[in-house]
Amino acid sequence: MKAFTQHTGIVAPLDRPNVDTDAIIPKQFLKSIKRSGFGPNAFDDWRYLDAGGPEIDNHTRRLNTDFILNQPPFDKATILLARENFGCGSSREHAVWALDDFGFRAVIAPSFADIFYNNSFKNGLLPIVLPAEMVDVLFKRMQQHPGVQLSIDLATQTIACENEIIASFDIDAFRKDCLLKGLDDIALTLQHADEIKAYENRRRQTAPWLFREALNKS
Amino acid sequence: MSSIDSKPKTLYDKLWHEHVVRSEADGTALLYIDRHLIHEVTSPQAFEGLRLAGRQPWRKETIIAVPDHNVPTTDRHVGITDPVAKRQLETLDKNCMEFGLTEFGMNDIRQGIVHVIGPEQGATLPGMTVVCGDSHTSTHGAFGALAFGIGTSEVEHVLATQCLVQKKSKNMRVCVDGRAAPGISAKDIALAIIGKMGTAGGTGYAIEFAGDAIRALTMEGRMTVCNMAIEAGARAGMVAVDDTTINYLKGRPYAPVGKQLEQAIRYWKTLYSDDGAHFDKTVHLDTSTLEPQVTWGTSPEMVASINSSIPDPDLIDDKVKADGIRKALAYMGLEAGTDIKQIAIDKVFIGSCTNSRIEDLRAAAKVSRGKKIAATIKQALVVPGSGLIKQQAEAEGLDKIFIEAGFEWREPGCSMCLAMNADRLEPGESCASTSNRNFEGRQGQGGRTHLVSPAMAAAAAIAGHFIDINEYNGDD
Repeated sequence: MKAFTQHTGIVAPLDRPNVDTDAIIPKQFLKSIKRSGFGPNAFDDWRYLDAGGPEIDNHTRRLNTDFILNQPPFDKATILLARENFGCGSSREHAVWALDDFGFRAVIAPSFADIFYNNSFKNGLLPIVLPAEMVDVLFKRMQQHPGVQLSIDLATQTIACENEIIASFDIDAFRKDCLLKGLDDIALTLQHADEIKAYENRRRQTAPWLFREALNKS
Repeated sequence: MSSIDSKPKTLYDKLWHEHVVRSEADGTALLYIDRHLIHEVTSPQAFEGLRLAGRQPWRKETIIAVPDHNVPTTDRHVGITDPVAKRQLETLDKNCMEFGLTEFGMNDIRQGIVHVIGPEQGATLPGMTVVCGDSHTSTHGAFGALAFGIGTSEVEHVLATQCLVQKKSKNMRVCVDGRAAPGISAKDIALAIIGKMGTAGGTGYAIEFAGDAIRALTMEGRMTVCNMAIEAGARAGMVAVDDTTINYLKGRPYAPVGKQLEQAIRYWKTLYSDDGAHFDKTVHLDTSTLEPQVTWGTSPEMVASINSSIPDPDLIDDKVKADGIRKALAYMGLEAGTDIKQIAIDKVFIGSCTNSRIEDLRAAAKVSRGKKIAATIKQALVVPGSGLIKQQAEAEGLDKIFIEAGFEWREPGCSMCLAMNADRLEPGESCASTSNRNFEGRQGQGGRTHLVSPAMAAAAAIAGHFIDINEYNGDD
C-alpha cells in the first residue's frame, strides 16, 4: 500500500454535497481491468462538454471551463475540499483510483460514505473528516485566496496553512499506522493464519452446514 | 452458538460477535467471511493482485461468481459486440477457471444479478457474513445475515484471507409499522425511509428493519428494503429471521438439508434483537398513510409522494441543501412546485437488484395486462433478475403480457440500472425506473432518473407520466 506521511498542495474546492462515485468515475470507464489510468476521466461528466468513453481520446474533447478542476491553479490541485457524504453510492474503488491518478493525495469533507472511506485507505489517499463549520471556513478561505496551499501531517494529525496549524483531525490508530508505514494489510492478516484456521475449526463443529463439501456442487 | 454474555444484543451485535476471529485494542476486528460473491467489474484487479503476490483463494467453496453488470440483455447467442466489455467478461471466466471457482456463466440458466442469484440459490443463509464488491450487497441482510459491499482491495483481502479488517458500526433500528394501502410496495417503504433519513442518515450504522410492516413483507420485499439501506448511507441492512425466511430457503440448491437443516433452523431462530437491546438510533415510519413514492432529483433522498409537488429550494434554510436542490432541478429540467403527476417520461426500466424478482414482475404485469404503453414512450424494458426468474415469469405468461403492452422482454442482468451495457438513456431523456440510484448520468450521460416501484413504473409507461397506482383503475 502507498504510504502517506506529510503532504503540501493546492486545494480544489468542490462545493456540492453528496458527490457520488458515479460522478467521480462514470460507469463506462469501469470496464477496464487495470487499477491505473482513470485520472483523465475523473469527474468525466462535469469535466468535459462532449461525451466520453474508454475508446475516446480525451484530447479531442472540449473541456468544461466552468468546472473547478479545469481552472488553473486547481488543475494542479492535490487536495480536494468537499461537502458532506462525499463518495456515496457505488462501492467502485475505481473512484479512489481516479482521484489518485488525477494527483489527489487527500480529500477533506464533513463526512464520507463508509465504503469510499475504507477504499481510500487501501490506496494511500487520506480522507480527512472535519466539522462542517471548519469545512465552511476552508471553503471561504479558498475563495478568498485561490491556490493557497495546505500542509497535512498525518503523524500529528494536523492541517497547517502558511505555517500555522488551523485544524486537527481524528483517525483510527490502526489505519494511521498502516498508512504511515505503507503496510500490506493482507500480509498483516496472514500473520494470523493460525487463528483464522482455529476459528474455522470451531465453526465447523457449531455450524457444519456452512462447511458442506457439496456446497458448490448443485 | 449461544453466548455466555447475557447482556441483550441486537441482531447486528450477534452476527458481528459470531464472526470475530480476533480483536485489537482500538476496536478493530478481523471478521470472518462465510460467503463471497464476485462479478466481473470489481474483481479483475483483485485477482491480478493475488497473482502478483503468488497467493491463492483461502476457501474457494465460499465463492460464487457471476457476470451481470456488462452482459447484453438482448440475444445472448450473438455474443458481446463491445470489445472492452467482452474482455472484462472473459477475464472473469479466465480467473474463475484459473483459481477453480464456481461461476454461473452468461449462458447458464442460473445467471443473473449477483444479489438476485445468491438468495435464489440458497447461497445466502441466515447468520452468514456475505460480501461482494458491490454496494447493494446489503440486499442479503434480508435473511438475517450480515451483508455489506466492499471495494476491490477488500475483495482481494477476502480472497486471500477469508477475512476483513473491520470496525463495528453503530446500531440503528428502523421501525416500520402500520397497514399500508394495497398499492404500496417495499420500494415505497424504502424510498420513504431514505426521504426521512437522508442519504447520509445511516452512515456509520448497521440498520435493522423491524416492525409489523416489515414482518408482513415477503422475502422479495425485504430484499428490496435492505437493498436500499446503502442509499440511506448504511453499508448493511438486515431483518430478523422468522418463518418467512426459513420457508423461502427450504429446498434451494445451496440450503442445508436433513439433520443439518434442523440444526441450522435452531440457530437461525436465535437471530433477532433481544428485548432491551441497545440501539444508538431509532427511526419510525408509519405506512398507514404512505403514498407511492417518486424521486424528482439526483439523490434518492430527493423523493416525494405521488400526490405532492417538487419542493421549492427558496423555502429551505440550509444553504448547502438548497443549492443541492437547485443543481438537481437544473439537471432534471424540472421546476419547483411542479406536481409529481405532471412529470412526463420517455423511457421505462423495470429491473435491477432492487426490483427484478418474480413478485416485482407480477406487480408490473398486473398493471400492464391488456394495456398499451403510451405513444410518447420511446422504450420500456423489462429485465428479469435471473434466468430462473425469466423462466418462471414465462411459465406464468408474464412475458406475453409485457410484450403485448409494448414492453421489451430481455435477458437477465444489471442493464439500465447503471447502463454499462447498451441499455441506456440518451441526454435529456426521463425514465421511470425501478432501480436504486437517480444520480446524474447513472442511467446514461445526461439521463434523468425517477425511482419508483414496479407497479408505478408500469402505470407510468401506460399513462406516459406518473399516476397514483391507488387511483389507477386500469381504464386510463
